Amino acid sequence: MAGLEVKNLTVEITHREILKNINISFAEGKRTAIIGPNGSGKSTLLKVIAGLNPHHTGDVLLNGQNLYHFGKKKLAQKLAILPQGSKTPLDLTVAELVDYGRFPYRSWLHGSCTKEDHEAVCCAIEQTKLTPLRDRQVATLSGGERQRAWIAMALAQQPEILLLDEPTTYLDIAHQLEVMQIITELNRAYKMTVIMVLHDLNHARQYADEIAVIRDRNIFAKGAPSQVLSVSMLAEVFGVRADVFTNRSGLSVLSPIALVK
Amino acid sequence: MDLLEKYKNYKEHKIKWRILVLMVFAVLAFLGCVVSLMKGSVDVSYTEIVQAISGQSAGMNTQIINNIRLPRTIVAALVGVNLSLSGAILQAVMKNPLADPHIIGISSGAGLAGIFVMLVLPDMEVLITPIAFIGAMLAAIGIYLLAWKNGGIRPVRIILAGVAVSAFLGAGISALLIFYSDRVHGALMWMIGGLSARSWPHVEIIYPYTIAGVFLALLGARHLNILQLGDEIAKGLGLRVEFTRIAMTALAAMLAASAVSVVGLLGFVGLIVPHATRLLIGSDYRYLLPGSALLGMAVVTFSDTFARTMFAPTELPVGIIMAILGAPFFLFLLRREI
Repeated sequence: MAGLEVKNLTVEITHREILKNINISFAEGKRTAIIGPNGSGKSTLLKVIAGLNPHHTGDVLLNGQNLYHFGKKKLAQKLAILPQGSKTPLDLTVAELVDYGRFPYRSWLHGSCTKEDHEAVCCAIEQTKLTPLRDRQVATLSGGERQRAWIAMALAQQPEILLLDEPTTYLDIAHQLEVMQIITELNRAYKMTVIMVLHDLNHARQYADEIAVIRDRNIFAKGAPSQVLSVSMLAEVFGVRADVFTNRSGLSVLSPIALVK
Repeated sequence: MDLLEKYKNYKEHKIKWRILVLMVFAVLAFLGCVVSLMKGSVDVSYTEIVQAISGQSAGMNTQIINNIRLPRTIVAALVGVNLSLSGAILQAVMKNPLADPHIIGISSGAGLAGIFVMLVLPDMEVLITPIAFIGAMLAAIGIYLLAWKNGGIRPVRIILAGVAVSAFLGAGISALLIFYSDRVHGALMWMIGGLSARSWPHVEIIYPYTIAGVFLALLGARHLNILQLGDEIAKGLGLRVEFTRIAMTALAAMLAASAVSVVGLLGFVGLIVPHATRLLIGSDYRYLLPGSALLGMAVVTFSDTFARTMFAPTELPVGIIMAILGAPFFLFLLRREI
């Protein structure tokens, strides 16, 4: 089948199981949100998919082919990951940072900027609405702008799959929405498969086509947001008593009330 | 300063600015070499230097230039290049702005191995450089192992591990000096780092490493750029992080070891020079590396000229000048960045 498939994945780090026998597939061209309590293994799952975590058994298949049989650069052309809380060298400009996203397309000796490189960088900057800021130093940008710059770098990789680890952490409410909207636009424009770890369940509900819930090292549920995000799931997985209702804009909203006693 | 900020905001200007800085550094390096050839117990003129080097005259000054000052100046220049490149590379692979071969103990590894050969096996002096390289590499590996925890290295632990390794190896050096106190004189100069009596054989020892080192470092510049973004991002971009880190550490160790085996434990060059360059050029290694190499050449040649002429006829080891410049600079960096 098309898309990304994780088969019998088990991750152990220093004799502690982080994920146990995970089987999950991510539909091509869709946005999937991974949610779950802290420490449930969400980020680890994302890292394994991106090939950042070598301590695992099981396979990750992209269109039926084992992901790790691709060369490292080939893999980086197909799949881009934005880890959490990335640090930038102080004096890089947005354009320079985004240009680093072209690294997988360059060989050891021929590092020069081709026409495709230039176009991909320009396009990524435009897509993330950073054109006016392209020559600003990343360190001088606001949190939301900086996050967009990192997303632009991932876009310059021209990946088929984009992995994001809590892309809205530390951002204010407007910048959170901005980042989520950009992700949605990218997904629509390029049919890019997006897999994102999210903390905000309302974001997951609003911006994801599918939600996967991880609890206790395993997949608890997966499906459309309206099915998955139920009062009973919240009680069972997060231990939170919540209310689900439709607000005046017609969006269904989760509102936590108290911890389950 | 205003103009500098304005320049930094525009890409084309930025490239022009970097090239301008590189050219200024090249001029400084050239001047450093020329002054080093001109100044000394006998001052010679620029035309005499040109004549001597091109073999058009055969006077007393020609002898001084060709047999004493020229090789010494070349050694100073190449040592400056090697130590600066080594420091610049280590700062990227160890994710630490204070990484310098001297501070984190890589030079001590080379030094202990080198002094061991000098004192214990004086007949095998040809082996000093390769053995110093092995010592430097072992020290680097030791630092990594000590700083490694939970599958990653943290910048602060690198410095702490480096200080520990440096102290440990320093103790080894002191012990050797005490056991072989009859042969200590040459070794003592070596401890501080000096260029006194460096001549053509030393040029021959160091220049192949400089050529190879410059070539390999420039080849790795883009990889070092990616490495600066952090391990996870770098892996995500398809960089073989572990391989790059090991290869680049080996390169830095080789550069430091070749410098140490010629002039001894010359400190702070690998710290001051890459940072001064970074302040002016930025941390893009495609520019930072050549900039550091040129500035390193200038700093060591000027410092050595200063060291041997300031208190003439007494000649100070250049290491003392570097330490006088370097220690305050180290503190400046501490306050600024960590």
